[in-house]
Amino acid sequence: MSTFNAIAARPAPSTSSGALAWCRANLFHDWKTTLGTVLIGLVLLGVLPRLLHWALIDAVWSGNYETCQAASGACWAVVQEKFRFILFGRYPHAEHWRALVCTVMLLGLILASCTRAFWRPWLALLWLVVLAAYFALMHGGFAGLRLVETDLWSGLPLTILLASLSMVMAFPIAVFIALGRRSGMPAIRSLCTVYVELIRGVPLISVLFMASFMFPLLMPQGFNIDVLVRVLAGITLFAAAYMAEVIRGGLQAIPKGQLEAAATLGLSYWQMQRKIVLPQALAMVVPGLMNNFISTFKDTSLVAIVSLYELTGAMGMAMNSDANWRPFRIEGYLFIAVIYFVFCYSMSRYSQWIEAQVNKSKQR
Amino acid sequence: MSTPIIQFDKVNKWYGNNFHVLRDIDLHIAQGERIVVCGPSGSGKSTLIRCINRLEEHQQGHLTVDGVELNDDVKAIDDLRKKVGMVFQQFNLFPHLTVLENLTLSPMWVGKLPKKEAEERAMEQLRRVRIAEQAQKYPLQLSGGQQQRVAIARALCLTPKIMLFDEPTSALDPEMIKEVLDVMIEMADQGITMVCVTHEMGFAKAVADRVIFMDEGQIVEQNNPHDFFSKPQSERSRDFLSKILGH
Repeated sequence: MSTFNAIAARPAPSTSSGALAWCRANLFHDWKTTLGTVLIGLVLLGVLPRLLHWALIDAVWSGNYETCQAASGACWAVVQEKFRFILFGRYPHAEHWRALVCTVMLLGLILASCTRAFWRPWLALLWLVVLAAYFALMHGGFAGLRLVETDLWSGLPLTILLASLSMVMAFPIAVFIALGRRSGMPAIRSLCTVYVELIRGVPLISVLFMASFMFPLLMPQGFNIDVLVRVLAGITLFAAAYMAEVIRGGLQAIPKGQLEAAATLGLSYWQMQRKIVLPQALAMVVPGLMNNFISTFKDTSLVAIVSLYELTGAMGMAMNSDANWRPFRIEGYLFIAVIYFVFCYSMSRYSQWIEAQVNKSKQR
Repeated sequence: MSTPIIQFDKVNKWYGNNFHVLRDIDLHIAQGERIVVCGPSGSGKSTLIRCINRLEEHQQGHLTVDGVELNDDVKAIDDLRKKVGMVFQQFNLFPHLTVLENLTLSPMWVGKLPKKEAEERAMEQLRRVRIAEQAQKYPLQLSGGQQQRVAIARALCLTPKIMLFDEPTSALDPEMIKEVLDVMIEMADQGITMVCVTHEMGFAKAVADRVIFMDEGQIVEQNNPHDFFSKPQSERSRDFLSKILGH
């Protein structure tokens, strides 16, 4: 017969708080965490001072390239000198205000679309109006505005246009492709599968290249579609293929019982998808979709291959076109890195908010 | 006798190539009749009732429901499903919709009722299953018994002629079984045709007009509940009853 042996009582959890307690709990909990803390601390000690010297203490905040070349630190003056070129690229200097207005307008539209108050049917109309205004103002050629061809559109307004428009257009396509891949009709199913596999099988660069250079060869003489539109179509179709697979993952996670219940209630196929399947499937794949959105946003930088200069391209051009400032491209890259980060991090935070919204029905 | 509302004539069904799940089913169910289908697991009883609203397709024989022969005519199936309510073992409520939205979905989208009318009808059904105060909650916030009563109310919102129950209490804790059965017993008094797959023999005794016993895809025995329980005819039904009543 075994005897009962009580486990020794464990100490009550520490109730002390404050910085010291936090450090003990998180940094010096046992010898392993202590070792980690010390090692990381040593690395930081070695790197941080030099980084601080370069980025802040010895940095040049304003002045010309000669001051910069004389200094040992970062040359932030380059940002001050070139920021208009970086943000608006080849867009005519005197017309930069138009590009700025368009950027603000588009950003406003996107922000509005992210808020609940705007989730109404007329939001689609608002998109059409704002996009029309964007194209009109950027293009000009009326009311005394100078005509600016689309190949001169560049910098941040182009990045935001390409990213937002391609995402908005790719999303519905992706939904249909995902549904199509699970269709009961073999022709539709294979068509959608072929589409996804073809697009996923090639790099975005080659899609853009084909959209830009090969497509015109296939068209009859004199028939031409604007390069911007072709590139937009390329990014959209590319993003849609990846997004479709993310959505398909969500579709597969819907229990069969949900479909049976919907069927017994007499819902048609499309009613079932719209009311039962998609709301649940999309809610499940919010993180994956946002992953896709973020990577599409950054992928727009590849359009430089077809001579469209969005933010990254404009930055490169701003630096390369001026031998005096060319040595300071690191600072330029850091500047646009901050811009990219602000956008991508906002998207990431927004996705967390959306997740909280769609999970409300799961809270008890 | 009037024509049966559900009529199986020599119905056969296979899963895959060799699993013969329904064998020569002949079964006539009259309007307003309350049927309990029982039998060991794998005997084909769920498949049998799932054929009635064509969640499963039969491959041989004829199956007629409310005057409509079930075949590949999709339009006829859509019409049929408006007349047949179904309650599942796992409830299958829509978790992203509130209880009220679960109930109004089909009346609004299939029955084309205005929202207000659909909600009135839904609240009436929720009162009937005694759960009206939970209308604004989400399904996962309710207990299993409450969820199943919501599922019953949802099916009733179609004002069906036939109600199918596929083991409605099998996923429930014992103390919740009664609240669901009470609702079903009340329903049985209202003239709706009911086909229930269940092992609740108390329910069968209380409301069933006929008990159908199935084994290995066949209807082995059918009788009124009193005779079925007191003097089962076949070896297999005696064996089955001794197992489920013996403890």
